[in-house]
Amino acid sequence: MLTQEQTASISTASGRDVLLSVRNLRVWFELRRFGFGIVGHVRAVDGVSFDLHSGEAIAVVGESGCGKSSLMRTILGLHRPTEGQVIFDGKDIHALGREGLRWYRSQVGYVQQDPFGALPPFMNVEQILEEPLIIAGVKDRRERRERIRQVMEEVKLSPVEDFLGKFPHMLSGGQQQRVVIARAMILRPKMIVADEPVSMLDASVRVEILKLLRSLQERHNLAFIYITHDLSTVKYFSERIFVMYAGQLIEKAPIRSLLDQPLHPYTHALLAATSDPDARNAHTFKEVPPGEPPSLVRPPAGCRFHPRCSRMIQGLCEVQEPPELEPYPQHFTSCWLYRQD
Amino acid sequence: MESAAHLLRVENLILHFATLRGPVQAVDGVDFDLDYHRAVVILGESGCGKSSLAKAILRLLPRNVARYDGHIYLKGSDVMRLNDEEYRRNVRWVEISMVPQAAMNALNPVLRVGDQVAEPAMVHLGLIRDEALDLARRMFEHVGVPQDFLTRYPFELSGGMRQRVALAMALVTSPSLIILDEPTSALDLLTQANIFNVLKRIKQELGTSFILITHDIATSSELADDVAVMYAGQIVERSDAERFFHEPLHPYSRMLMASVPRLRADQEPEFITGQPPSLISPPTGCRFADRCPLRFAKCQEPPPIFEVDGRKVRCWKYA
Amino acid sequence: MNQLSRAFRDLSRYPSAVVSLIIILLMIIAAIWIVIALPYREAVRLWRGGESVWYQLPKTVPPKWVNWFRREKLPETLILDTRQHLEWKTYEPAGDGRRIIVEFTIPFQADQFPQELSMYFYTTSSGNAKAPFVSLSWKTPDGRSMRVSDFGLQSAKFNYRFAQDQKLAQRLGGEDHNIGLFAEPQSQPPKPLKGDYRLKVEILTFEADTDVDVEFIQYGKVYGWFGTDHMRRDLKVGLLWGLPVALMFGLLASVGTSLAAMLIAAIGSWFGGWVDDLIQRITEINLVLPFLPILIMVGTFYSRSIFVILGVTVLLSIFGGAIKSYRAIFLQVREMPYIEAARAYGAGDARIILRYMVPRLIPLLIPALVSGIPSYVFLEASLAVIGLGDPVLPTWGKIIQDAEFNGALYKGMYYWVLEPSFLLMISGLSFAVLGFSLDRIFNPRLRGM
Repeated sequence: MLTQEQTASISTASGRDVLLSVRNLRVWFELRRFGFGIVGHVRAVDGVSFDLHSGEAIAVVGESGCGKSSLMRTILGLHRPTEGQVIFDGKDIHALGREGLRWYRSQVGYVQQDPFGALPPFMNVEQILEEPLIIAGVKDRRERRERIRQVMEEVKLSPVEDFLGKFPHMLSGGQQQRVVIARAMILRPKMIVADEPVSMLDASVRVEILKLLRSLQERHNLAFIYITHDLSTVKYFSERIFVMYAGQLIEKAPIRSLLDQPLHPYTHALLAATSDPDARNAHTFKEVPPGEPPSLVRPPAGCRFHPRCSRMIQGLCEVQEPPELEPYPQHFTSCWLYRQD
Repeated sequence: MESAAHLLRVENLILHFATLRGPVQAVDGVDFDLDYHRAVVILGESGCGKSSLAKAILRLLPRNVARYDGHIYLKGSDVMRLNDEEYRRNVRWVEISMVPQAAMNALNPVLRVGDQVAEPAMVHLGLIRDEALDLARRMFEHVGVPQDFLTRYPFELSGGMRQRVALAMALVTSPSLIILDEPTSALDLLTQANIFNVLKRIKQELGTSFILITHDIATSSELADDVAVMYAGQIVERSDAERFFHEPLHPYSRMLMASVPRLRADQEPEFITGQPPSLISPPTGCRFADRCPLRFAKCQEPPPIFEVDGRKVRCWKYA
Repeated sequence: MNQLSRAFRDLSRYPSAVVSLIIILLMIIAAIWIVIALPYREAVRLWRGGESVWYQLPKTVPPKWVNWFRREKLPETLILDTRQHLEWKTYEPAGDGRRIIVEFTIPFQADQFPQELSMYFYTTSSGNAKAPFVSLSWKTPDGRSMRVSDFGLQSAKFNYRFAQDQKLAQRLGGEDHNIGLFAEPQSQPPKPLKGDYRLKVEILTFEADTDVDVEFIQYGKVYGWFGTDHMRRDLKVGLLWGLPVALMFGLLASVGTSLAAMLIAAIGSWFGGWVDDLIQRITEINLVLPFLPILIMVGTFYSRSIFVILGVTVLLSIFGGAIKSYRAIFLQVREMPYIEAARAYGAGDARIILRYMVPRLIPLLIPALVSGIPSYVFLEASLAVIGLGDPVLPTWGKIIQDAEFNGALYKGMYYWVLEPSFLLMISGLSFAVLGFSLDRIFNPRLRGM
């Protein structure tokens, strides 16, 4: 768990203000059976803390079902946390009133995974981009047009006239994702949450979209949460990387530090499983931890990775939950291997 | 008669679909061959016709086929000459089987997975149920699914396990060739690595050949002995994996390789500008010419296949 | 909208859809024309008018086009009226008053005898003098003459009914007047003699300024393009007015039901929780409620007005099977990423339901709406057939009910049942065919089939 002092030290170290602070966040979903009573909880997010500075890009890496989507949705204000807070610009977003929430929603843009699904199929590009403006209360039609034009130029959907009247199904995957990005950018947010923004795109387009996102992030000094399962893309625009496993952030580190010197055995496994195109791959077997991620209803006691871990310490890992340790400066991990005693 | 040197030899395979706007030339003159005990990767982006190629080889055709011809020599004999019934009885699932896209969702939800795996063995090998289940049990061993899963239903299995079951279903008739259509695209990283481990083991232990159809260049290298790059309905490059992943020949292949973000190298990935052409009215010349930085006058004409040190490439640069 | 114009272009590829669309358009145009040409009040006045409106028409006769298919032609209805042909009257002075002579020529070319003959006399007089005296004589085409009757005009409007004249019957040797007057002599069975008959009317008035007009009606055995019913009403009025009524009922019921069901389903599936539960329970209860008996009860005990029945129909149909299928789709739509995106940029509940969820179902709604129309048109007709039709308005169902009630089929008056049934079928069929075609276009799963 990140202590207050540590939080403070990061913010002074980077010399930027903390824009988003997630504090000891738990998001549990009730598990009902036949509508009669609660028989348990799905602990989708179970004690997550981190700070995000304005203009900083972080990546959250994890497999499906690790809780990264629930974490993201809670940050976006789509789920209520069971415990803990999401503090944006000094305000607890889940305590905001109607007006406050409207302000918060204009401060945060959301880029989704499936660009086709993310766009209402019955609206054309202009209508799609106009929606956030109408909802945010931009009354003047001319101003809305102007802002749509601007943001489309910015995501390189030009010439603008060619795209305004098009429906999503008439666009290629890359163009659809540009519309999604334009929609996320149109309210001039301070932070973007991108959920696997390129995983459904073709290889040749993927890089184009990643580069677009990075240039937008740099130009507008956006805070950026990039959620992905693909480690090979994170280093191109994140400064820090968080590895999530079974509802918890098990490793948080600056990107180079994590790639060069992964600490947690799970992070090791993820890196080992990521291939680069290389003909030698065909002749080697990968080391993959046995088993599958645990159920979030009844997670294992102690370290949640211990049943799959080859370096498990008997009598410790399966008993006691590892604390967050900082074996190297700014490189945190929750693993008993790095205890100092 | 073709010599039986190759397991599979596809010559000038054509599959066009009729649509309201005109025929879609999804597979338009594809040639490639595959030796015994090898795996070829067919690489291509969405809409390039790679899934249609799989359907054309396995003759799993939708109703709106406009044109389907060419030659498919399997162990030397042209299976295109067989009628549908002969093909079904002698080729599909006997010689060539397939793991379809999103196979883990393709299982029948109301049948036990053991029975589903045993089914092809009963239909094609004429086994009785107990024998077929025995065979299914052995297949589960090969693909790494615990024996007691035989009596489970698909919903009781994780995505990775279901994918393995689909693989067992393709393996159960001991075909010489399995077509894998994006076998891991919906799976997690570790599961994906696991499945590729399984595929490699099957290739070593059973000597099965594979056609792996994918858009994922990085993971494709996990299985590839050979690589075929498909673009706009045609194969533009055909090479062994060794040389392909080191230095591809076709400008498209090169740009595709350059677009792959790499974990263990620091070069910036590049993207390809523009979009692939429509398969309804593809350009008359080289189909990649519009997006190619190296194009020259000759590219107005359709390039033939040139052979460069045993590698084949459809590009005028190698004339 | 772009999508709609594309849909229409696709539609033109289905010939059945084009034909049905043309029929529907024609029906709509016709319905509008009917309502304008024959306003509601006028239509109701005619339909509810009874003998005073319809005395000129024969009772329950088929339309005149049945003659096209018969070898033995049926006589048409003939109305000769001196008020329209003043030149037919000649006046001669006679005593204090005058003699008015009218000679009607009755061309008769049919192979069957007319249904009945009748005459109306309209007298204008101060009323002090003796009633004018009428004598009628009949001349056949072969030159035979006979006296028909002599009587005084007791009232200003006097009706002489040939059928009730016992003396005439005696004079015709016991034959009915419509046979006796027209029969060829000695024909057995009696056969009508073709040619021009002459009816001479001599009216003796006892005051110089008394005038009498005469109207002669030969009730034929066919009438108009649609025939008549047991109340001598021209079925044209009922059949034509049935069209706007049927269209209105079908359209309003279908649109009302589908829109409301969709909206309620959207609200339920979006909010979930108790709202959804409530809607689902109401639907389930409603699904087991017997639909027709409720309508019969409403019709019997409350009101049979078409609007009440329409309202109850819509109300009972909203919470029907459609709400379940819409809900199933909305539950999927609700999970679409674009809805999540809309929430993330701050769209409220109402906006999400109306702007993001409902439009998603429009492609499914349009075909369902169009194919739903016939069932409501038929429902209205069925209700009318079992006697729950609107008491005032003419509808197709009520015409069938009248026919049924009067034993139309038993008596061979098939036209009475077939005409409204045909119209019901045509309108139902065209909406259904259009609905199926629309379904093919809008429903991606059926594309290319």
